[in-house]
Amino acid sequence: MTEAIRYERDEQRIVTLTIDMPGQSANTMNPAFRAALAATVGRLTAEKNDIAGVILTSAKKTFFAGGDLNHLLAARPEDAAALFERAQGMKALLRRLETLGPPVVAALNGTALGGGFEIALACHARFVLDDAAIALGLPEANLGLLPGGGGVVRLVRLLGVEAAMPLIVEGPTFDPGRALALKLVDGLAPDLNALRARAREWIAANPQPQQPWDRKGFRLPGSTANAVAPLAWLRSAPLALMAKHRGLYPAPEAAMSAVVECAAVDFDTASRIESRYLVQLATHPVSKNLITTFFFQMNEIKNGKGRPEGQPPSAVQRLGVLGAGMMGAGIALAAAQRGLPVVLKDVSAEAAQQGKARIGKTLARLVEKARLDAERMALTLALIQPTGDAGELQGCDLIIESVFEKRDVKAQATAEAEAMLAPGGFIGSNTSTLPITGLAAAVARPGHFIGIHFFSPVDRMPLVEIIKGRQTSPQTLARALDFVQQLKKTPIVVDDSRGFYTSRVFGTFTKEGAAMLAEGVAAARIENAALAVGMPVGPLAVMDETSMALSWSVRQQTIADLAAEGLPLPQHPGWDVIRTMAVDLKRPGRAGGGGFYDYPEDGRKRLWPGLADVFSGGGGGAPDADLRDRLLYVQAIESIRCLEEGVIEAARHANVGSVLGIGFPRWTGGTLQYVNSVGLKAFAQRAAELARRYGERFEPPKRLLSMAERGERFV
Amino acid sequence: MTTEALIFDAVRTPRGRGRADGSLHEVNPVGLLAGLMRGLQRRLDLDTAQVEDALIGCVQPHGEQGAVIAKLAALAAGWHWRVPGLQLNRYCGSGLEAANLAAAKVRAGWSDLVVAGGVESMSRVAMGAAPSARDNSPALNFQLRLVPQGVSADLMATLDGHTRDALDRYALQSQQRAAAARAEGRFSRSLLPVEDINGLTILAEDEFIRPDTTLEGLARLKPSFAAMGEAGFDALAVAAYPQLERIEHGHTPGNSSGIVDGAALMLVGSEAKGRALGLTPRARIVSVAAVGSEPVIMLDAPAPAARIALAKAGLAPEDIDLYEVNEAFATVVLRFMRELKLPPEKVNVNGGAIALGHPLGATGCMLVGTLLDELERRGLTRGMVVLCAADGMGVATIIERL
Repeated sequence: MTEAIRYERDEQRIVTLTIDMPGQSANTMNPAFRAALAATVGRLTAEKNDIAGVILTSAKKTFFAGGDLNHLLAARPEDAAALFERAQGMKALLRRLETLGPPVVAALNGTALGGGFEIALACHARFVLDDAAIALGLPEANLGLLPGGGGVVRLVRLLGVEAAMPLIVEGPTFDPGRALALKLVDGLAPDLNALRARAREWIAANPQPQQPWDRKGFRLPGSTANAVAPLAWLRSAPLALMAKHRGLYPAPEAAMSAVVECAAVDFDTASRIESRYLVQLATHPVSKNLITTFFFQMNEIKNGKGRPEGQPPSAVQRLGVLGAGMMGAGIALAAAQRGLPVVLKDVSAEAAQQGKARIGKTLARLVEKARLDAERMALTLALIQPTGDAGELQGCDLIIESVFEKRDVKAQATAEAEAMLAPGGFIGSNTSTLPITGLAAAVARPGHFIGIHFFSPVDRMPLVEIIKGRQTSPQTLARALDFVQQLKKTPIVVDDSRGFYTSRVFGTFTKEGAAMLAEGVAAARIENAALAVGMPVGPLAVMDETSMALSWSVRQQTIADLAAEGLPLPQHPGWDVIRTMAVDLKRPGRAGGGGFYDYPEDGRKRLWPGLADVFSGGGGGAPDADLRDRLLYVQAIESIRCLEEGVIEAARHANVGSVLGIGFPRWTGGTLQYVNSVGLKAFAQRAAELARRYGERFEPPKRLLSMAERGERFV
Repeated sequence: MTTEALIFDAVRTPRGRGRADGSLHEVNPVGLLAGLMRGLQRRLDLDTAQVEDALIGCVQPHGEQGAVIAKLAALAAGWHWRVPGLQLNRYCGSGLEAANLAAAKVRAGWSDLVVAGGVESMSRVAMGAAPSARDNSPALNFQLRLVPQGVSADLMATLDGHTRDALDRYALQSQQRAAAARAEGRFSRSLLPVEDINGLTILAEDEFIRPDTTLEGLARLKPSFAAMGEAGFDALAVAAYPQLERIEHGHTPGNSSGIVDGAALMLVGSEAKGRALGLTPRARIVSVAAVGSEPVIMLDAPAPAARIALAKAGLAPEDIDLYEVNEAFATVVLRFMRELKLPPEKVNVNGGAIALGHPLGATGCMLVGTLLDELERRGLTRGMVVLCAADGMGVATIIERL
């Protein structure tokens, strides 16, 4: 009767509903599905006296992918009423299915996330294929949403408030084994036939099932006489969330509110409460930011958008890493963890061995925390071959240098390594500061040379910044991108320019903090402004960690380089502060015994009390709202300039790179999505205002003004 | 011509330690209040049928303090059933708010004789034992982003630069003053002993005071609110006050108000009614105020409340002879004195809640009696009572001896 849901009744009077949405690789909760479900439920209602049971399954590889994010992304505040009705309509259908009479069983043949898992929760029983690749759960909160298809209402009733809370607020996904342990499914089946058999057995054994919450005398698990959950827990749960998210993420807050409120009332009232919170989130700018960047743009990256055309897929077979320091060892570990053999080369066998020992320690910590088993650790370590002999690099198809940040050191290392490459192999540089084109001059075939910039700690940071040198070939770029995916990390692609993308933008954040200090703003206000907008640490704390002595010496190098090229030196009020700290006061940072902070041996770090005397600029009256905006705007404006100058080609590189690489707050969706979210016109106006008050670095770039004029957005 | 609101009398129970080993733990809150009502009636030979309302502050009006405790206690005391009862709650300002409402009714001419007061049995109805409006509404927490009172107190002390030592020194003074006042019998005019069903005395004097308190002893106490701060509330406080790098947790059980049981009452009425009943007025209520302040810092509303009450009366801070500022936390009094530029000789001259304890709903009314007794003893005229209250509120009252 409908194409999207096949309806087949057999001799045992069991109806199998097979979801198979035409023209889609996966089933999603879009208008076509809703129409099909309405028709199906209508037919079931009409024929219910001739039905012994219903099995719900899918013809796709996955069971059901979830909500229709395109539709939710388009929802505006003025669509609230329609959105609410739509959510209520969908839930009414699932409720009818659940209360129709005959047993309804979900036979989960594949991944069921979000809306898909909510459909399964509306069934009386759930069986799932025992395949660890299958993902189940309610991950909506990660995209700024909550389960609005009855997921909150049912999960709370199934597990109780306390147990359901993390599954809804944090949105984890889990495999079938874990789902069974959490009592979210009723059983596993080794194959599709067994899956259908188990569903049939359940129907035969439960001819007139009722959901637990529809049974007489139902009591919410974990509730007490005067509250839906233990009081002490109810009191601490919101605090933990506020401390973690600083009020910047509406979804986990709405989800937690919905869970508690849905627990206190009857099923239908709870369903309405859930719908209201869904509508609030779906029309909120933060969900747009998260969906845009972490669903659509991340998928573009995963699917190889921007990868040079016509290049066959590739995989590195044997990796060489030059330099067994913290970064080099980290790269070796990340590769070995993905099963890739690594030759870890340093100036001596001893130095290389030390790098491997460092990796051993990292893995041992994982084993201690039971996040890795000892056997797996041994296998990983066995893949890493430490050496002091360049000859051992023979046959590597990728060699990444991670040696000291000096041109001649790198030149010597890469020239030596190039000779060892397997035919068709390529060379990567993990430099964070030196232009790639210049480094590529040291090798015979600069087309095979590319920047592969990892972030520290390498095994935990998901981002890799790929830097194209002037002569880097499309083939090398494609291979580098494939390599990053091979490591299960996320690549962005940038053009060769000073600081590339991430370091350049991050530098504007730290220097802005220094500029505020120069104006006489109290240090605590600067640090707190950064935390208030969601930066993980304040700019002064960061500068202490990265050492102002180092920044100052890089600055001297830049001065020399630009003078040699006859280019003007960009000025910034933050440099005076850095010079004062690193040179005059000899307070270069943590490693140097102290910087903006003191680091007492027996306690937590404290802001150095001398700061107020040294930096008493008299401009300390800048309002907190300006401080907060400045720290985000300065990074967003620099990102627009990167786009203008061709350092990045599309918004996804800036968005994903800024959030995963340099801690730009996730709620913004990244530097350029943040501008979209503010609105280009409003952003340009505010930038101009900040420029008048604090300096021309806030001047809205031409590209921004012209795009704002044309009503465009950064894509 | 406005009818003046006159205070005919003020009485209170002693404060018992608010724990299972406290003397008043055996008395339930209705009984505690009813006993005091009987005492007031006996002392004034009061015809209770003449009392037009019983306004009783109670901060935790649930469980044994639930329903309308004012009415139940009046009935239990054997007061005439004509007397209605009202339970009211302005958190720690409740007992004073009851007095202020009584004064407003009399001054408006809509009542001629009202009893006002408060009760709190903190040993029997523990703070936070029952779910609050916030506990079942995470959304409200996310919207308001408030911190517990103790963290607010530490926040205010941090902002003011009041160190642990300054807080402890203030606490020591409170203990010394309270101990001296008790020893000299300065509380005796208001105190009515709590008696059992046989008329035997259960408690006759305040039992929370620690006369042997030393600065060294106070310095050894652990901060009460550091763990709460660590759990995330410090981050909320700093987010609201970003000029601070961190919160210094200076408040301890030694320099914060004590948890106690107690009740207080006062009789407020018009001059004509007093004459008719043969009651001698002791003071008049000059002006009152209640006001809110920023709710994260929460405890700084006493000064603005005081300023409003002063302005209504056309008075300046120096026109007030004695102040009773509730010692919820040492920082509250230090902030108040700094704001109004008051000398320590005028403030809490017989100690305060740090030494005596703070039976939440009763304290405000108790302080009026304490103040009135001391004005009479010293032959002074004007006094002010002021309290901070949760969620950022302040309540103030100015009285004047006749």
